[in-house]
This record gives sequence, C-alpha cells and structure tokens, in this order.
Amino acid sequence: MNFLVILAIVLLIIAGHQLLRIIELSRGLKKTTEWHVTDSDNNMMGKAMLAFMVLFFGFFFWQVNRWIDRSLPPASSEHGEKYDQLWDANMYLISFVFLATNFFLFWHAYKYRGNSKAQAKYFAHDNRLEMVWTVVPALALAFIIIFGLKYWNEITEQSEDPNKVVVELYAKQFDWTARYTGKDGKLGSTDYRQISGGNSVGMDTADVVGYDDLLVKNEFHIPVGKEVELQIRSRDVIHSVYLPHFRAQMNAVPGMVTYFKFKPTKTTAEMRKDPYVIKLMEGINKQRAKENKEPVEFDYTLLCNKICGASHYNMQMNLIVESEADYKAWLAKQKAFKTVAEKK
Amino acid sequence: MASEKNTALETEHLLHHEHVHDHDDHEESFVSKYIFSMDHKVISRQFLITAVVMAVIAMTMSVIFRMQLAWPGEKFAFINAMLGDKWGKDGILDPNMYLALVTIHGTIMVFFVLTGGLSGTFSNLLIPYQIGARDMASGFLNMLSYWFFFISTVIMCGSLFIDDGPASGGWTIYPPLSAIPEAIPGSKLGMTLWLMSMTLFVVSSLLGSLNYIVTIINLRTKGMKMTRMPLTIWAFLITAIIGVLSFPVLVSCVLLLIMDRSFNTSFYLSDIYIGGRPLDNVGGSPVLFEHLFWFLGHPEVYIVLLPALGITSEIIATNARKPIFGYRAMIGSMLAIGFLSFIVWGHHMYVTGMSPFLGSVFVFTTLLIAIPSAVKAFNYITTLWKGNIRYTPAMLFSIGLVSSFITGGVTGIILADSTLDINIHDTYFVVAHFHIVMGLSAIFGMFAGVYHWFPKMFLRMMNKKLGYVHFWLTFISAYGVFFPMHFLGLAGVPRRYYTNSNFPMFDNLVDINEIVTISAIIGALAQGVFLFNFFYSMFRGEKAPQNPWNSNTLEWTTPMANIHGNWPGELPTVHRWAYDYSKPGKEKDFVPQTVPLEEGEHDGGGH
Repeated sequence: MNFLVILAIVLLIIAGHQLLRIIELSRGLKKTTEWHVTDSDNNMMGKAMLAFMVLFFGFFFWQVNRWIDRSLPPASSEHGEKYDQLWDANMYLISFVFLATNFFLFWHAYKYRGNSKAQAKYFAHDNRLEMVWTVVPALALAFIIIFGLKYWNEITEQSEDPNKVVVELYAKQFDWTARYTGKDGKLGSTDYRQISGGNSVGMDTADVVGYDDLLVKNEFHIPVGKEVELQIRSRDVIHSVYLPHFRAQMNAVPGMVTYFKFKPTKTTAEMRKDPYVIKLMEGINKQRAKENKEPVEFDYTLLCNKICGASHYNMQMNLIVESEADYKAWLAKQKAFKTVAEKK
Repeated sequence: MASEKNTALETEHLLHHEHVHDHDDHEESFVSKYIFSMDHKVISRQFLITAVVMAVIAMTMSVIFRMQLAWPGEKFAFINAMLGDKWGKDGILDPNMYLALVTIHGTIMVFFVLTGGLSGTFSNLLIPYQIGARDMASGFLNMLSYWFFFISTVIMCGSLFIDDGPASGGWTIYPPLSAIPEAIPGSKLGMTLWLMSMTLFVVSSLLGSLNYIVTIINLRTKGMKMTRMPLTIWAFLITAIIGVLSFPVLVSCVLLLIMDRSFNTSFYLSDIYIGGRPLDNVGGSPVLFEHLFWFLGHPEVYIVLLPALGITSEIIATNARKPIFGYRAMIGSMLAIGFLSFIVWGHHMYVTGMSPFLGSVFVFTTLLIAIPSAVKAFNYITTLWKGNIRYTPAMLFSIGLVSSFITGGVTGIILADSTLDINIHDTYFVVAHFHIVMGLSAIFGMFAGVYHWFPKMFLRMMNKKLGYVHFWLTFISAYGVFFPMHFLGLAGVPRRYYTNSNFPMFDNLVDINEIVTISAIIGALAQGVFLFNFFYSMFRGEKAPQNPWNSNTLEWTTPMANIHGNWPGELPTVHRWAYDYSKPGKEKDFVPQTVPLEEGEHDGGGH
C-alpha cells in the first residue's frame, strides 16, 4: 500500500515535470511575456471583483437568513434586555458600514479596471474629503462610547440591593460548585490551605459563620425577579463564569474574588414555552436525532470560558431559574456545610 | 565588515565607491554568501523562506484541529499520520494535543510568520532599497537578528517532539495554567521551551527593529526627505518603534513567569491548590501578567498590521497608476495608530476582574483607533477612484486586504465596547474578528509583497495565472472560514473548546462548523498553488526586466543582479516623492523619484 502511494507520487511528479517542460517550450516559441498584465486580464479581474462582491454579499445575507435564529435567545436578565438593544443598534450600524464600504471598494475595483488607452486622474489629496471621513466616524463613535459606558456603569455598579441573593461560584479543574449563604445571610470565610476531600471549596473550619453555608454541585437554582450577586473564586487556574443567556461573564481568578450582578427575568419553565426557544430546541433535537441521541429540553447553562486545561470544553453546570417559593423549597433541601463535613 | 559598516554609517556619501569595489574584488564562499550573510537582500530571503516553512506548519495544524471541530470523534488517517499513535490514536485528536495545536498555531502565525516573516522580509528588503542605502546600518546585527530568529523557530518546532507535548495554555499563556506543571502537560518542558524560544525571538526582533530605525533615520540618500519616503518605509519605521518599545515588556513579563515557574516566586500566583496540595505562593496576581502581556500584545497587532498596510499603500498606488490619496493623512493616521496602540491594552481585560472604571478608560482610547483606521480605508478606496487599475496578483491581494481590513475592523467596534464585550468575550466572535482584521489583512499584505517584489528578490517573475488562481481560491475560502464564525459567537460558543457536542447547547451548529472546516481545507490546498509558483519561479520563472511594474521607487533603479552595495556607481539622488503616477503633462504615466523636478513643478501632490 505504502509502496503504491509512493509510486503514484513519483509518477505524478514526473508527469508534472513533463507538462512543465511542454509549457516552457511553447512559451519559448511564442516569445510572450506571461507575467505582463493585458487589457483582457484587467477586464476579467475587474469583473471578477464585481462578481465577488455579489457572491460575498449573497453569502452574508444567506448566513444571516439561515443562522441568525440560532443566536442566543433574547436576554433573560434585566440588564441583558438593554444589552440586546445596544447590540442591535451597533450591529445595524456596523452592518451598514460593512456593506457600504465594501461596495465602494469593489465597485471602484470594477469600474476603474484599467486598459492601455486610459489615463488615471492625478488626485493626490483633498482636505475637505479627509475632514469628512475623520469627523463622521468620530461622531458615530461618540454615540457608541456614550451609550456603551452608560450601560457599563450600570452593569458594573456594586449591588446595593438589601434583598439580593448572594451565590458564590467556585471553579476548579474541571467543575463548578455553588455556595449559598444559609440562614445568616453571610458566606463564611475561606482558606485554601484547608482544602481537602471533605472540604472541596476550602471553608475555614474555625469560622462559625460558614457552618450553615450550603454547597451545591451539578445544578444550581436562583429565584426570578431578584438581584443575584455572583461572587466568583477559583482554586487552581483562571476560569470564567459565562452565563450567555443572561449576558453575564466574569473571570474566576485564583487569589481574588470577582463579582457580577444580574436580575433574572424569565424562569426556566417560561423559557421552555418561548417560541424562539422552542424553535431553537427543535433544531438541536433534529441534529441529536440524526446522531441517535436523546432529545433534550432547554436549560440555562453556566460555561467555563477561559482555557483551563484538557477538559475545558466539558466544564459546565446547569442553572434553574424559578419562582421564589420554589427556590426556597429547593434551598431547604440542600445540606449545610457543617453537616456535610461531619458526615465525611 | 561590521566596523566597515559603522564607518559607512558616518561617511556614507563619500566613501561608498571604494567599498563597493572592495567587495566586488574577492569571491565569497557559499557560507558567507548564503548562510552567515550580512547582506540585507540575502537576510530578507532567509526570513521569507523560514516564514513560508513556518506558515505551512501552522496552517497544517489548523487543518487538523478544524477537522476535529467539524467532525468530532471521527477517525482520520491524516491525523494519525501527522501526530502518530500518541496524540492521534486511531486518527482521533487527543484533547491535550488539541490545545497544544491551537497554542502553537497562534504563536507561530502571530510571531514567526506575521511579525518575523513579514517585517523581517520586507523591512530588510525594502528599507535600504527604497531609501537609497547600500545596506542596513549594521549588517552584523542584521545577521544576528536572523539567526536569533532561526534558533527560536528551531526551539519552537523542537518542542513539538518532546514527551509531554508543546505549550498548550493558549498563545496568551495566562498563568497559573502556564506556570504550574500539574495544571496541564504542556506546562512542563513544553512551556519552558516556549519561553526560551520567545525570549530569543524578542532579541531577534529588537536587533532588527533598532537596525531599521537607525537605517531609516541616518542612511537616506540625498534628497530623500522624510516627507518623500514611500509609505512602506513609514510603516516599517513606525512598526520598528512600536516593537522597540513594547517587546521588552514581553521579556519582563516572561521573565517573571520563568521566576514563578522555576524559582518559586509569587508574581502571578496566589492561593492555589492543585495536584492534591496547596502551593506556598501568596500575594501574586494573574491580572498583573495580563497587563504586562497585553502591553505588548496589543501593539503587536499593529506590528503585524502596519507593514502590511505600508506594502499595500505602495502596491495600490503603483497599480492604480495614481498617487496614494492623502499621503500625509496616511502618515498621520499610522502615527496615531502607533501612539494609540500603547494605551488600549485593557480592552482585552474587561471581564478579568480589572476595575470597571479602568475598563471605561480603555473603551474610550480603543474606539479612538477606529478614526485613523477609517481614514486609511477611505483613502485606499479614493486611490482606486478614477484610477487605471492594473490587476497584478499583488494588486488583487492588496484589494483583498482593504476588504478584510474593513470587514474585520467593524466588528472591532463591538468588541471595544466593554458592555457588548461581556457576552462575546472569548467566543468565536472574537476569533472571527481578529483572524479577519489581523490574520487575513497581514497575510494578504505579505502575499501582495511577495508577488510584487519577487522580481527584486529572485530576479525572476512569478506566474501571473497561477497568482490569479491562488488569489481567488484564498480570498473566497478565507471568508468561508472566518465569516461563519461570527454566527458561532452569536450562539455563545466559547473558543478553545475541543468539541462543541459534549453537551446539547451547541448541537445545532454542526453545519456551520463543517462549512468552516471545508473552507479551511480548500484554503490550505490553494496554498499549494502558491508554493509551487514560488519555488518554481525562483528557479525557472521568466527573467525579470528592470522595472516590471513601471514603479517610481528607488529599488527599481538598481541593476537586476543582487550586487553588494545595491548600486554599482553613485547612490541615486531623489528629487520628488514616490507617487507621481499619471501626472498631467508627463510623457509616461510614472515619474521615478530620481527624475529632477521641472521648472515650476510642485513636489508631493501639487501640480
């Protein structure tokens, strides 16, 4: 087998070489200069530029038409709704600029394709024109900056809501643990030197505040309509808390606590009835059927979004958003740290 | 010879004549002529060929991991053949090797191909030629620059063959992942080699950049005022200055990482429990690393991009047969981009835990860069307006560059906005953005440069028709690879995932991934056309005439012979700027820089 492959390659090389010899000899006979760009080359390439533009824009709209419905569903958080508005406004703006400038580029490439009789216009600068395309982008950018920063300040402000729900997300290679405050409303302090099999998040066992903290794996819950403050820690390398449905992301950095706050607006159950989500899940389940996998229902997912090692691609946890009553009932069933530790 | 060159630096105009004859008199050995050469033309070719080899390696890597992403779990004999039974058992890519390939692909492309390859090739070739100098200010340092580059490529490639595999923490090598051997196999010996290789690379880059700056400032021929320099030279000058100011910061960043790795310091490490034990390190912060890394990392984007923009400015003007529109605005915008590139690094760090207020400062500075970038794009388009465009393969690639610069540039506006960055940070939207705006633009600029100056480098012409085929296949497949990635980003797909089908969320995106991968394979095969054309033309191409593109710049006034000292007699004297194409009242549609101004004729665009 290997021998045949090598033989085929050798024969191909010989054939190619012979072909080249023929081309070289015929070129010598005709005495042409192949590299010289002719009028018909220019004509053909100029038209090809225009054809490419049509193809390119066609491809763009084909993709939008086919794939835009596979984007993340409309945001499920309060700030996320504003995020989506800002996103749309920016996206329309840059799509317009993308289409218009590429149009001018390819149109000129087509229109001014050269020929040996034509003469280019000697046009070296024009201060008015240059002023226009300095000032117009500057004005557009001013708007983008002002709106972007307004929302940024709102999103990153420290949470001052007294009724907020505090959840700690603790990352390690390659899973997540959620920690809730328990009855006292406070998270106990931590010490990474105390990490052990029975104390996977490094609770400080001398701190009684932490005894009622609740530790949860695989799936965590939050109530709808209340502000949630995430406090994010990492045990080993940088990870990133990415909750795409809520437009929320913050890195988990070893040695420090990072924060992100958001207010969920739609429960998991509501999402499963949302027409957009239903269509999205149809697409997912269609593909799963092809691969002989079981159909699934929509779930919010927490993903790791910073390269963290071999199983980075598999470091996720489901999130359930539910009514406050359901949330409280679920929370009551979780075990407090001290009882967890005592049993081990 | 080094001291000779230093003398030449001081008394260039007086003494060159004798020097040239000295060199002509003695025959040089193969080693001093082609291997340890101090001639800028030879060094330029050395950089180019090394970069071509590195590009092929990095591109093959991308094909391998793209196959995994489109068809996860499928068995490919190709993957087994490339990676062997250890990393590609049964033709399935190993997850650790996936990360290693992504890491080394990025490192090679960014540093070895688009920094070393692009600047190394064209700064070396064009700076002495286009400013009218006999060689670089220091031929010896120039030679060292190449050999440091070469050693660093050898170390980087060597790291592919070690037991634990090469570095695999992503090309940004964020600690603690890159600092702790237990975190990932690639952070053992592979990371050490990566750090060594990059340190040598920075040495190479600094030697090169200092040489470029000194040469441009001191060795311009008579009449070559700064405001008469071709935009290529301006671009190389600004690039070199950015490199000199930013690369040393990478060294300090890397040095601290080496200390943390080998000498148990705690610059970047704190409160870590890994491999079943707590580490002693306390008080460091990975965010410090990110600041230092991106202080180089962002200017690096422009180190990659500016030479490509300079090259296209020259090629578009020459082939549109028009002066470049807004010559001074082009210089101004490059200076602005160069300056701003130093105060925007934080836009890579909006969600790292950095103070949000600091983030808002970076939003402002980052979006400012859009202004000079827009000026450049519009100036290119206006240069085409009412031109008489001649479609050489170089011109096609230059127009391709302008298109990708726009297409990738506009999504930068989204990413620069800290609010919008929250949800697309580290997703495929980012991958799409930087591959189009930086990867494609820079590689298109590099191809354009190769097609345009091949006659100067190898004294032969490349095949035009193969050039056309290469351009269209590359251009179409490049957009086929990177445009659909935006939509993966909109669906929230994180980058650097070994597979997207391990949990249900991204199952409906299979067809997008397939289109990307198929385009990548076509694009990779298309480079075979280029490689054939490149190596074939080097030996068998048609002999190049003196000035094949009817260009104004000085390199086309030297004999087609690659002689030492570039010009056999006196150095040429420059009388005008480089862009007098189709000037009214002239016999031909180009006026070389060496032609004196007529009485009453204005220089530099006035007429």
